[in-house]
Amino acid sequence: MRPTAVIARKEFRSHVSSPAGYVFLTAFLVLTGWLFFRTFFLVGQASLRPFFSLMPWVFLFFVPAAAMRMWAEERKLGTDEILLTLPVRDGEVVMGKFLAGLAFLALAVGLTLPLPLTVAALGDPDPGPIIGGYAGLLLLAAAYLSISLFASSLSENQIVAFVVGTTMSFALLVMGEDFVLVAVPRGLAPVLRYLGLGQHFRSTARGVIDSRDIVYYLSVIGFFLYLNLKAVEARKWR
Amino acid sequence: MDTSTDSRHETSRQAGEPVVSLRDITRRFGSVLAVDGVSFDVHRGEVVGFLGPNAAGKTTTMRILTCFITADEGTATVAGYDVVEDPIEVRRRVGYLPESAPLYTDLGVLEHLRFVAELRGIPPRDVKRAVDRMVDACGLEPVAQRIVGELSKGYRQRVGLANTMIHDPDVLVLDEPTTGLDPSQIIEIRELVRRIGREKTVILSTHILPEVEAVSSRVLIINAGRIVATGTPGDLARMTAGRGAVRVSMLAPEREALAALSALPCAQDVERVAKEPGGYVVYSVSGSDSDSLAEAVYDLSRARNWRLRELSRKTPSLEDVFLDVTSGRGRA
Repeated sequence: MRPTAVIARKEFRSHVSSPAGYVFLTAFLVLTGWLFFRTFFLVGQASLRPFFSLMPWVFLFFVPAAAMRMWAEERKLGTDEILLTLPVRDGEVVMGKFLAGLAFLALAVGLTLPLPLTVAALGDPDPGPIIGGYAGLLLLAAAYLSISLFASSLSENQIVAFVVGTTMSFALLVMGEDFVLVAVPRGLAPVLRYLGLGQHFRSTARGVIDSRDIVYYLSVIGFFLYLNLKAVEARKWR
Repeated sequence: MDTSTDSRHETSRQAGEPVVSLRDITRRFGSVLAVDGVSFDVHRGEVVGFLGPNAAGKTTTMRILTCFITADEGTATVAGYDVVEDPIEVRRRVGYLPESAPLYTDLGVLEHLRFVAELRGIPPRDVKRAVDRMVDACGLEPVAQRIVGELSKGYRQRVGLANTMIHDPDVLVLDEPTTGLDPSQIIEIRELVRRIGREKTVILSTHILPEVEAVSSRVLIINAGRIVATGTPGDLARMTAGRGAVRVSMLAPEREALAALSALPCAQDVERVAKEPGGYVVYSVSGSDSDSLAEAVYDLSRARNWRLRELSRKTPSLEDVFLDVTSGRGRA
């Protein structure tokens, strides 16, 4: 088996076989379920739009929490010294951890599928926005994950990794919002508007999967995985 | 390369392709010079003891050799592969046990060995056999079903060693493999290292002197980032030849005895060590040669009619060499 796959499998298993993994999944499902049903019956619309629009904020805490361990603990236990002296490329390790984190978050997202099924049972929702919304959710999770993994690779302290991951994800999320744009020089505004994650998520949450949004997400993910790789390689020269 | 396992002591001096070769390795951490121009070769079948006080540069050198960090200057090769240019090829051939044997505490023992075996590229059908072989070789049967995090220090160290050897590497790099173990575990690990050392090349760091004497065919003493002495344990002990000491327990008036011992022609330094019951006093007399010192002390006691209860020569040990070369001042 390829090293990336071996690492991804091991990381995924330590996610789902640890008590922390169950606590994570339970907390995530309880919170998302509550946020969904809180407004669902009041609004009386067979739609997941309110649910999707909250997810960037929910993920802001859950994704860094899921990823904070992944590099910080290696450093803390010193296991990076075994892992990175095995005949494995640093990039393969970075990729393995990313895929494991993504699989775990996909599992968490997948466990919310009873929500759309409930909606479908009670009403007649348009499947397009739901499918698009879920695809957007996975892209969002992947983007936050790459940021949080990078944050985790900067410190051996999980709390620091969590706070840095949340802060950086938050910065990316609100970067393109109007209340930020009014405060920056005119020339910078269009750049920030494109770089901000918010509008890209909103367009996928409407069910529109635009190639520009996909390119945006893939760029964010690639950029932070690259920074993660550099942070891991930096051990050699520090 | 013709190196028979019986002539390990000779191999270090034989020409031929070294398995491990370091040239002028230098590494700084900020302004601290951790390793300063270290060069050495290791040949097949050697067990090289890397000896030095804490923070001498042992771990840094080993990390460079295993491609965990890179040197600022100099080159290092393993089996002809450069650690910077072909790190993957180097790592394939090396088994590295980092200091204090870090392990994934949430994995089971077998799971951990399988994980390492798979990353080592052992074909899936051979993984089980490799894991079983290591469980057997490192005595892990009693804990095979346990989680690594629950194991005692001794078993963790063995799991670490099993990880290190699972791919049957040509070169083993062990960073302080016996720290934190109890004496019987230490003996077991040393026995294991000696057994491996018959076929493999082993580089082992330690700051425990008897360990080096027990397992190494060659010793490198490193201090403040530089190699300050090298040779077989015997060679190094001979470096202190010409210096010796005796310990004597004698029934005599103290002041007179001290004066008489100091007056011996071959004595350089006399020290009163302790008072023993019955009026005996223990002295340590050091000088050029412990044999003639012992004879002189005996003659003195006969001449003065002082009774002896103990007279023993202290043979110069690796410890003396170590203290000499690492402190920079002679001990006599």
